[in-house]
Amino acid sequence: MAFAFGFPLVQVVRDSFYAGNFSSPIWVGLDNYRGVLSDPAFRQSIFNNMKLLLAVPIMLALGLVIALVLNDRIRGGRHYQSVVFLPYVLPATAIGIAFSFLLQENGVLNRSLRKAHLGGLAYDWLGNSHLAIVSVGGLVIWQQLGFAVVVFTAALLALPPETAEAARIDGAGWWQLQLRVLVPQIRPIIELLTVIQVITVISWVFNYVYVLTAGGPGFSSSVMELYIWRSFSSGADGTAASVAVMLLGMASVLIGLSLWVRKQAVAT
Amino acid sequence: MRSTARHSIVRLLSQHAFLIIICLAALYPLWFIASTALRSNAAYQLNPTGFPSHPTLTSLRNMLFHEPLPRWMWNSFLVTVSSVAVSTFFALLAAYAAVFGRFRGHSFFISTSVALMVVPPVTLLVPMFVFMVNTGMVNHLQSVIVFYTGLLVPFAIFFMTGFFRTIPQELIEAASSEGAGPFTVFRRIVLPLSGAASFTLIVVQAIWVWNELLIALVFLQNESARTLMAGLTQFQGRYVTNEPLVLAGALLSILPVVVLYLSGQRFFVRGLTAGIGK
Repeated sequence: MAFAFGFPLVQVVRDSFYAGNFSSPIWVGLDNYRGVLSDPAFRQSIFNNMKLLLAVPIMLALGLVIALVLNDRIRGGRHYQSVVFLPYVLPATAIGIAFSFLLQENGVLNRSLRKAHLGGLAYDWLGNSHLAIVSVGGLVIWQQLGFAVVVFTAALLALPPETAEAARIDGAGWWQLQLRVLVPQIRPIIELLTVIQVITVISWVFNYVYVLTAGGPGFSSSVMELYIWRSFSSGADGTAASVAVMLLGMASVLIGLSLWVRKQAVAT
Repeated sequence: MRSTARHSIVRLLSQHAFLIIICLAALYPLWFIASTALRSNAAYQLNPTGFPSHPTLTSLRNMLFHEPLPRWMWNSFLVTVSSVAVSTFFALLAAYAAVFGRFRGHSFFISTSVALMVVPPVTLLVPMFVFMVNTGMVNHLQSVIVFYTGLLVPFAIFFMTGFFRTIPQELIEAASSEGAGPFTVFRRIVLPLSGAASFTLIVVQAIWVWNELLIALVFLQNESARTLMAGLTQFQGRYVTNEPLVLAGALLSILPVVVLYLSGQRFFVRGLTAGIGK
């Protein structure tokens, strides 16, 4: 652990103050950071990570509704759950490639829309600089949804049945029962999952972006990870390292938050 | 009474309808991959949807016999088996020491693992790459095996300590009071009890390694050393106008995962959601 984390974590901070490649490093102080912060491509990347944050509430809300429905002891509930969970275990690379074919300008989705005389809805999902990141968000939701469902279902299952029973006797309707009685009880889990998914969209979405849009068109759907990868592949190690340090800073705050939320969740 | 009965039937139907729509959305991309892989390229360009009326194995055969895919699959397999084996072995011992040995700072050690579990690998990429270049491991499978193992260990320790805590302490104490050394206790008592938990851990880690892209992409850049996921992205760029061929590759990369999932679903669910449990 010391080797895989300790050494590179120290090294990456050191590297971020140097320019040139690693065989002939030149000390440049904070210049890498200055360069990065004034680079529009970097700003676009970090902005896209922020946009992806919007996927989190959508995914969690949808996951929660599915879990609540499943919690109604619905017939075949286990089967539904295992189908919904399946995308989560599949390789994002393979799935992302399939989505890229589905969403292309002349891909399956647009061709079907045109066939259904809904050609007006056929946008260039990956080639349009505003829509590309939205498509990435959609893919993230598609793959991560099952995770939320399973976590929420487990949390609901662990609740004592008495409170729900009491509410039902008091004449609470279905929605009332769900929103007033059940959801508040699993709040700690919802909070924990929120933090975890925020960490995911800030720092674990390279796969999706790389195969779906490769950050394009231009830098319009780039994210911080992809920016690091691009700088690094073009030999700008110092730049890559300084973005890595910033990303690490954000991640640390979130990780700290997750530890704290986790403690709350375990305590209740 | 009758109106409530009708009401509940409507509710039941709408619940099922809702779940079925969700399931179709979850399955459609898989159906798309499988059905496209069985279509000829000409048929796909004409009509990419619907049932493949003249299924052909051409793309799958090309992938298996004329493309480097089997080699990449073998690489992925080797990388997965070695990094998962090392990390599981290490985590079993470390977690055993942390939970039952209760060495100094064991709780700090465990919470460090929990924190490291979510450190984004991309932040470690640059220094690790430099290290691999200096040691000459770049473009060799060892480079990713070492890195993956390091990345897996925190979760593995977290997972195993969680499990070991459910083993009654008295069991261990009884054995050691009868003169069994820590290693004997580990081998005779703890290991036999950890079968299911270890298996769950192995499955989760294997999926993670098999699916990993970024590190493989950076560390393994020559054709024969690629892992399957890195190789797939190559196909994506190389055969832009032959979707069935690319998706045949995707299908072959998904198949082992789906088979594993169908055969041991509960291990997946339990293991993958462990990071969030108590």
